[in-house]
Amino acid sequence: MVGAACALYAARAGLDVIVVDRGPMAGGTTGAGEGNLLVSDKEPGPELELALLSGRLWADLAEEVGDAIEYERKGGLVVAAGPDGLEALEKFATGQRAAGVEAVRVDADRLRELEPRLAPGLAGGVLYPQDAQVMPTLAAARLVRASGARLVTGAAVTGVLRGGGGAVRGVRTGLGEIHAPYVVNAAGTWGGELAALAGVHLPVLPRRGFVLVTEPLPRMVRHKVYAADYVADVASDSAALQTSPVVEGTAAGPVLIGATRERVGFDRSLSLPALRALAAGATRLFPFLERVRAMRTYFGFRPYLPDHLPAIGPDPRVPGLFHACGHEGAGIGLSTGTGQLIAQMLAREAPALEPAPFRPDRFPAPGSPPDSEEAT
Amino acid sequence: MGEPGLAVIGAGPAGLAATLAAAARGVHVTLIDSGAQAGGQFYRQPAPGFRARRPQALHHQWRTWERLRDGLDTHVRAGRVRHLTDHHVWFVERRGAAGLTVHALVGPEQEEPAEVHADAVLLATGGHEKVLPFPGWTLPGVVTAGGAQAMLKGGLVLPGRTAVVAGTGPLLLPVATGLAAAGTTVAALVESADPAAFVRRSRALAGRPDKVAEGARYAGLLLRHRVRTLLGHTVVQAHGAERLEAVTIAALDRHGRVRPATRRRLVCEVLAVGHGMLPHTDLADALGCRIDGTDVYADDEQRTDVPGVWAAGETTGIGGSALSLAEGHIAGRSIAARLAGRVPDPGEWAAAARTREKLRAFFAAVDSVYAPPAHWAEQVTDETVVCRCEEVSSGAVREAVRELGAGDLRTVKLLTRAGMGWCQGRVCGPGVAGVAGCAQAAGRTPFARPVPLGVLARAGETREPQAGESGEPQAGAERAAQERHQ
Repeated sequence: MVGAACALYAARAGLDVIVVDRGPMAGGTTGAGEGNLLVSDKEPGPELELALLSGRLWADLAEEVGDAIEYERKGGLVVAAGPDGLEALEKFATGQRAAGVEAVRVDADRLRELEPRLAPGLAGGVLYPQDAQVMPTLAAARLVRASGARLVTGAAVTGVLRGGGGAVRGVRTGLGEIHAPYVVNAAGTWGGELAALAGVHLPVLPRRGFVLVTEPLPRMVRHKVYAADYVADVASDSAALQTSPVVEGTAAGPVLIGATRERVGFDRSLSLPALRALAAGATRLFPFLERVRAMRTYFGFRPYLPDHLPAIGPDPRVPGLFHACGHEGAGIGLSTGTGQLIAQMLAREAPALEPAPFRPDRFPAPGSPPDSEEAT
Repeated sequence: MGEPGLAVIGAGPAGLAATLAAAARGVHVTLIDSGAQAGGQFYRQPAPGFRARRPQALHHQWRTWERLRDGLDTHVRAGRVRHLTDHHVWFVERRGAAGLTVHALVGPEQEEPAEVHADAVLLATGGHEKVLPFPGWTLPGVVTAGGAQAMLKGGLVLPGRTAVVAGTGPLLLPVATGLAAAGTTVAALVESADPAAFVRRSRALAGRPDKVAEGARYAGLLLRHRVRTLLGHTVVQAHGAERLEAVTIAALDRHGRVRPATRRRLVCEVLAVGHGMLPHTDLADALGCRIDGTDVYADDEQRTDVPGVWAAGETTGIGGSALSLAEGHIAGRSIAARLAGRVPDPGEWAAAARTREKLRAFFAAVDSVYAPPAHWAEQVTDETVVCRCEEVSSGAVREAVRELGAGDLRTVKLLTRAGMGWCQGRVCGPGVAGVAGCAQAAGRTPFARPVPLGVLARAGETREPQAGESGEPQAGAERAAQERHQ
């Protein structure tokens, strides 16, 4: 998805773009994603700024191709079980409002007006009207198509070609060489491997997530609904967020319940405990789901970086190499903003956001002392 | 009762043979099946309420069935086998040293959980029919060949007065003769296999005199009922306003393309169509078993590559009831030895192994003869619905490939929703793959059936009433598991 968005905005900035994928369209984490475009779960900071920028860009794209990508600004509803949780939620929302997030307090008696099938007895919640949804595989496919970029699938990148002064001059693939003065690494969970082909360190690691899909139902869940429990972190006075699974209805009918977070490498076996946790969390929020059937489950590997921020921008170590990966569980949502930032940096325009927090060279290579980054 | 031992999933020929072989050697067996009676698809029994006078008229090998049924009854009465009917297995869980848990759904709505703990599991889940799409295939009156046969065997209800039987594969013969014997006029048996292919493979096919005799018997029956057999022909389209009224058939050239000038119309109310069988692999896949192409891998003892899990019958490759019986028998003996901590001697089952070898060779030849026309997908118009659950047209699938960069079945599914509905691609998978021009992969369906979220949330909490889980059988399973790793 990030690659598709980079292709779209780079093409619109006047560049000639080729999209290369080792598999089919959206064959990696995108095809296993839920398509959440969330601001509700982000605390003020660079990721939230990127999410707000991305949300505006998604809304513009929806004007062009909204139905084809199943864009729906359904809003997020975060609920709290008890008064303490509600107080922490409200405090979290206050900080978000100051950063430009729409966050509407919902009292207990109004919760079931918004979500009639929600469990009784909840203390209250916050409504986030900016939270939205797309169907990620359709979105990636439609964005690439709208970009006019050439799409080369089934071509694994096996090398990054370097020219004079070490600058990139293209990639070698299983289907031959592709020459270009700029290479954007949007390989998601495999972005670290691609960086290594260019000789640079980018510690992207997989974090597995399962999503449950129910049988199709008439619309019974209207928003993206999840419960928040906040654990006050005394030292930093910020709030560490522990959330229940997000439960949401979709235009196509099934309810999606996701997602788990496990650091288990690229383990592809099915985990019954993970699925039990999802089912239990969802049925606590919506008791009617007890008798609703799960049709299937799917999983993917989120690309995460140690500080949970993506790598976006030029790599000062390799001229011509740009990175756009490591978005963890928010890659669909953050893709449009990422694509625009990349396009602006490629075109040497002023980026819409301060890119420093996303610098790709911010992680010291293993073995090197922490303060010797400029020593190369 | 209740101590862990062997759980057999599926009470068809393979599952029954394994149950009898293991139980006869002292293994406590829990036989789990979705049917109300044992027999599976092959020995499908009429419901007792029908009081069928001569159910054996619809079955061959009736004596084999009687032997299996009586053997099962004896073991059940003796307490060596527990037979759980109407149990719909949705998942088999690996619990490390604690063995395996089979998760099933029971009750009229299949909403109640049932769990069976075992030291060894045999997957004998059989196969399902493969049906490829063609214009008009969704009309009422078009049924699968296996569906027509199940109606004959189980319900004894005649689906219509005039029928055409079409597609490819050995199943079409008993369906055509069964329908004819039950009083339906069979206008034609339309088999797409190339007659020349039968000649080319005649030696391999003649390697099984009993199978040749069986074929001759069907040929005689077809003649007696005046059923026309058209080899090298295919159904191009089914016609009808509200329901099926006629089909258009045509001859195929030697490349598997329709010869337009040969099109003709046959009036019929029923079209029974099938294009062979595919193994059920859902449970094996979720367990992490190796799957080769569309078949679950099994070694000479019928063991999968997952410790404690065996597989036998159609799930390891389509090959009919006699092969399923041989594989099930071998699996049952292997399991009995391994659970007792013993390395089995293959000499114990030499006869069954010889049968297995011959039948596998025979069905490899059968497979190469019976094939859908190479270019069948060309006949599927863009308007034809290929995924019935989600109502996805052939045109939408083609667009996903041509315009949106789909290169495999999964991406086609994500872009079009083909295969996301109730059947989870079991019915439409081969058709969608053919229209998309991509490889047919074994179905990846983590839940073998839809499971209520309330049951999923509490999976593992349903305890069997039982004496205890330790003891000899479990120690045997651990030893068996250790041997697998050596």
